[in-house]
Amino acid sequence: MNLESIPLQAFLIVSSILFCIGIWGLLNSRNAVRVLMSIELMLNAVNINLMAFSSYVDNNLIQGQVFTIFVITVAAAEAAVGLAILLSLYRNRVTVDMESFNLLKW
Amino acid sequence: MSIAVTTQIICFSILSLVVIVGALGVILLESIVYSAFLLGGVFMSVAGLYLLLNASFVAAAQVLVYVGAVNVLIIFAIMLVNKKEDLKPIENIKSRKIISTSICLTLLSLLIRVDLSNIWGLSDPSSSIGEESTIRIGEHLFSDYLLPFEVASVLLLMAMIGAIVLARRDVMNKDISTGLPVDQELIEKPSEPLLIKKN
Repeated sequence: MNLESIPLQAFLIVSSILFCIGIWGLLNSRNAVRVLMSIELMLNAVNINLMAFSSYVDNNLIQGQVFTIFVITVAAAEAAVGLAILLSLYRNRVTVDMESFNLLKW
Repeated sequence: MSIAVTTQIICFSILSLVVIVGALGVILLESIVYSAFLLGGVFMSVAGLYLLLNASFVAAAQVLVYVGAVNVLIIFAIMLVNKKEDLKPIENIKSRKIISTSICLTLLSLLIRVDLSNIWGLSDPSSSIGEESTIRIGEHLFSDYLLPFEVASVLLLMAMIGAIVLARRDVMNKDISTGLPVDQELIEKPSEPLLIKKN
């Protein structure tokens, strides 16, 4: 495929916007499930970045795609552990409001 | 994959529009269930972007792992913890929102400036392996990335055990009043909400 049609910068800009949306959601959500979703969005932004670089800059060895596979693996593990933590938090505090998880706050 | 240039640009525009609008919906919508389903849409569109980049294997992995596993897990978690609750109002939420939005916009402008101003060392398009990428990924995973590949399996095992330990419920094996062993399984301990009155 002739990749010259879509510039690399287009992919990078999409992933930058997605990353910033993820950060905004991470900082502003009060529901703990939505915080986990924002983390997934940020991981996907990083994946788009890696895939774009692997296609445009390293299009013969495509090490970026291997990295993306590892990131997907780690993201799956992170989601499983994160949701388990969320469930046990919910069992102890009966809420998913991030503002009420303040036991370690100074 | 050989698609006409116009088709590629149209596909890219639609997919990136879905990604960005869907992501905004994920963080802005009131209902968390809508957010979860929109998140699935975002994951599918990201898989479409991977297909545009000639990476069919990673696109399939994205659909299987993200849409098939992570998103379903999130929906399960929503079903388990979905309780209508009135969130306590917190003071100075306005200034918090303003500060976080300005931080995000600053970061976004910085990133876009880097994206546009940097000169990326693009490689020659003729050296692209194109459709052979799955073969190349397999070669990588069994030669120079063999150790990370094996460590990833250990990581998944650890995550699985950790998730089970964290989400497990404690089961009583004795009746509290009589002291006799209980033969029914999975009678839950009366769950006293710990730590809830602390603040």
